[in-house]
Amino acid sequence: MKTFPIGGIHPSDNKQWSKAKAIEVLDLPDQVTIPLAQHIGAPATAKVAKGDKVLTGQLIGEASSFMSANIHSPISGTVASVDMLPNGQGLRQQMITIKREGDEWVDTIDRSEELKRECGLSSKEIIAKIKDAGVVGMGGATFPTHVKLSIPDGCKAEILIINGVECEPYLTSDYRTMLELGERMLVGVEILMKAVGVDRAVIGVENNKPDAIAHLRELIAKGGYRGIEVMPLQLRYPQGGEKQLIAAVTGRQVPPPPALPIHVGAVVCNASTTVAVYEAVQKNKPLIERVVTVTGKQIAEPRNLLTRMGTPVEKLIERAGGLPDTDVKVLNGGPMMGRAMVNLSSPVTKGCSGLTVISGDEASRGEASACIKCGKCVSACPMGLEPYLISKMSRKKLWDAAEDHNVTDCIECGCCSYSCPANIPLLDYIRLGKQTVMGIIRARAAKK
Amino acid sequence: MKVLILTVLTLCVLGGLLAIVLYFVARKFKVEEDPRIDDVEKMLPGANCGGCGFAGCRAMAEALVKQDDISSLYCPVGGADVMKGAASYLGKAAPEKGPEVATVRCGGVCSKRPKTNSFDGAKSCAVASSLYVGESACSFGCLGYGDCVEVCQFGAIKVNPETGIAEVDPDKCTACGACVKACPKGLIELRKKWPKDRAVYVACRSKDKGAVVMKACKAGCIGCGKCEKVCPFGAITVENNLAFIDSQKCKLCRKCVNECPTGAIKLVGMEPLPKEPKTPAAKPAEKSDAKTETKE
Amino acid sequence: MANKFFVSPSPHVHGDTTTRGIMADVILALIPALVVSTWVFGFNVLLITAVSILSCVVFEYAIQRFMLRGRNTVGDLSAVVTGLLLAFNLPAGIDWWIVVIGAFVAIAIGKMTFGGLGKNPFNPALTGRIFLLIAYPVQMTDFSVVPAHGSVDAFSGATMLTQIKESGMAAVDNADFMQMLGGVMNGSMGEIGALALILGGLYLLWRKVISWHIPVAVLATMAVFAACMGLGEGGSLVYELPLFHILAGGALLGAIYMATDYSTSPMTHRGMLIYGVGVGALTMIIRLWGAYPEGMSFAIFIMNATVPLINKYCRPVRFGVKHVK
Repeated sequence: MKTFPIGGIHPSDNKQWSKAKAIEVLDLPDQVTIPLAQHIGAPATAKVAKGDKVLTGQLIGEASSFMSANIHSPISGTVASVDMLPNGQGLRQQMITIKREGDEWVDTIDRSEELKRECGLSSKEIIAKIKDAGVVGMGGATFPTHVKLSIPDGCKAEILIINGVECEPYLTSDYRTMLELGERMLVGVEILMKAVGVDRAVIGVENNKPDAIAHLRELIAKGGYRGIEVMPLQLRYPQGGEKQLIAAVTGRQVPPPPALPIHVGAVVCNASTTVAVYEAVQKNKPLIERVVTVTGKQIAEPRNLLTRMGTPVEKLIERAGGLPDTDVKVLNGGPMMGRAMVNLSSPVTKGCSGLTVISGDEASRGEASACIKCGKCVSACPMGLEPYLISKMSRKKLWDAAEDHNVTDCIECGCCSYSCPANIPLLDYIRLGKQTVMGIIRARAAKK
Repeated sequence: MKVLILTVLTLCVLGGLLAIVLYFVARKFKVEEDPRIDDVEKMLPGANCGGCGFAGCRAMAEALVKQDDISSLYCPVGGADVMKGAASYLGKAAPEKGPEVATVRCGGVCSKRPKTNSFDGAKSCAVASSLYVGESACSFGCLGYGDCVEVCQFGAIKVNPETGIAEVDPDKCTACGACVKACPKGLIELRKKWPKDRAVYVACRSKDKGAVVMKACKAGCIGCGKCEKVCPFGAITVENNLAFIDSQKCKLCRKCVNECPTGAIKLVGMEPLPKEPKTPAAKPAEKSDAKTETKE
Repeated sequence: MANKFFVSPSPHVHGDTTTRGIMADVILALIPALVVSTWVFGFNVLLITAVSILSCVVFEYAIQRFMLRGRNTVGDLSAVVTGLLLAFNLPAGIDWWIVVIGAFVAIAIGKMTFGGLGKNPFNPALTGRIFLLIAYPVQMTDFSVVPAHGSVDAFSGATMLTQIKESGMAAVDNADFMQMLGGVMNGSMGEIGALALILGGLYLLWRKVISWHIPVAVLATMAVFAACMGLGEGGSLVYELPLFHILAGGALLGAIYMATDYSTSPMTHRGMLIYGVGVGALTMIIRLWGAYPEGMSFAIFIMNATVPLINKYCRPVRFGVKHVK
């Protein structure tokens, strides 16, 4: 069974809490706050002002450049404010607050449940529709999908890879999506294949989800989907990393930055995003809701909730039985790459695949001791870096040395910190080094 | 005897050959250097702190010798005396700059700025600051993990465990500026150094709106602008909901201190002006202490 | 909020391995060899081991507490491992005060001078042993203790390696490989009992405390080296000599437990192989042509010194640079 070539770890997957829970629709919130930056790149520009009436699915923020994405209203109601509000990390950013009045949709959106398979659109039209719908990578990276699908000149896509790996522990939103919305996803795959002009697509799924693999294979056989293949992958974190997944599926390694996946002929798209693509192209439905897993060892009722964007996080946690009575750490995402939150009234955004509540003794990290030079971080690093060294360099502010040691290759997967027996927060410093070095590189490029 | 002669001869020839090699190597790798650089370097304090913007004292000395106009160069550690000495040696005009001291502009002590969470990552301000708002609701205040302490070569800055805020020891501070660069929140400023360490400054950098500041910290600047109006020297400007006192223009008249509704303007080393006739002046006087902050 | 609300950068979960756990695994892996040693040499073995461990722990505690004034690090069990390994490198009849001196050199000079665990360039236990070997050569090579078990032949008062040094290949002919495997031979306390040492090594491999690279590289190099020598001698020595060299002396103890010491061995697998080959080759060179019958300690010691260099040049393969099929 295939997997990526170097490094990686085997954290306990903890998916049992929410795995068997079917997707449920969360009640509409009375009020939503929609950040204008829910994606990588430039924030959208607000198209509404205080007092405006909006419908569900109406454009309220317009992409401000190519590397940006549209934002739509997830509910119908009145715009209460366009203001700087704290996000999950307590940092203020531009958000639109909308007070809900009913749930009236824009009439161009097809809300029927029936599957629409035929798509007569050209590649350009498909990408334009995806761009209009504001679809971004829903696995957490929030890279605008239309940018990813726009193949640069001189490159040619050879294979489309659908990321159904969900290697992040605890999270089950992609898994449930594949099980329950598998058909929509497969149509989405066909559309994406057309968009990038390839005749082969591989859905990568780790072998801890045998039912999803079987289910998708059955659907492919039944529906006669041509050129689509489900590939079981050996369980290993971070298989869902874009570069790792490409290496696992095709055996080709994306060269170091600034090379992109397209340079080895691959386009990768997340499973949930593929469903969003289907809805955008076939149903004219913008990205205004997503499946969010709410889970944790001490969460009373873990759930997979179909949630409108902008819903306060605390609403979801409340639906799952509330926070436990212990020390807690609430994560936007999973435990390996998720971001810890301080502000639980902050909204669910396009990249929020789950809310993980780490509780009790696990909530705090414990003390670090001296590095024993065991080299476990070196063996665990999937990018072939020397975490112990670049972490130290970053800590000592030796930015040139860190750059020499390829700190910018780091994908921030956390394997190094996870495997460190001395409990050293290696990645904390490496991330800082990466950010600083990237700033230095940008400044250097700007000078030239 | 023959052996002896042979040995001496061999060694002589070897020595000669090596001398020739050394001669050519020395010629090839010879570095022409102005001897004045050495002299100027000796005048500099030798702290190699980088406060001048160069990699070390040697690099600074080189720049002093090579540049015709040295008005932009300044050694904060050596101060005006060292600069005058170096300038007169080189026959150039000495840069004019008064003594300065690093000032941490945050007054959000634990009692005024409630903690909302516990930070559990690497104890570094830069790490915490790039992650999130911090342990309080104010995203501008001192984090207290001591990035400034780590870079200070003179032991002049320490994080006070009681307040959770970095404090500068003006006697040790050389105004090299290392902490200014290290602070990810941009809290530290080099301000004009008055005798007896007197100072008046706005101990807040929050650009949030007044209501937001009030919620996060009781000692923050809400940008009300009262101080700007009362300042007779035009030293105070309010921009982005935040007041700033220009230390070069401020004359320490202390009028602004009494005006400030939140106590964000700090007064150090001096007694505050007596309050308006209606309120008795006795209250603030009892708290005065020459070296520590008297006004909160 | 009554409960603490934590925030930290990712990752938010941690694996089960801890420094303490690793050290505990090493101690556990060494227990079989200790049992064999006690069975062969008698109760004295346990006594010496206890003295060694205790003094190592006490020295580390005292230095940490009164000189470095750092956090107490005795809890990570690394001093226990050092004490255990030091004892394993001593003859069973050694005086207790020599053990204490060895422990002092190991911990104080070999480890704490450099800042403690992870910062020492040389294996602390080996530092102690080599110091003792040079300072007390008579006591350190006195293997005349009367064994509790085993045939008297196997304990002629000299180790197998001394025998081969003195009487040449005849020693190999006389050697009983089954006895050597079981530990019935003379030598330092921990180096006998090849089977027990291998068992512990397999446990460490299974627990992923060590990787196969260093032990295999060391032993394979020694075997190839010895096989070449055996080829020169002719006859069955081609395979008997490699077996002899691996089973005799500290080869297994060194290759599995001493050369794999984390802070004094390379970080990458490639580096580990180079390091292992170096240790193996140097050991054989010293054994065959050096003044000492045993060269493991010196070989590891010398290769320890090259580790920073190996680390500098043997960097891991960066992802995306090489197309791996």
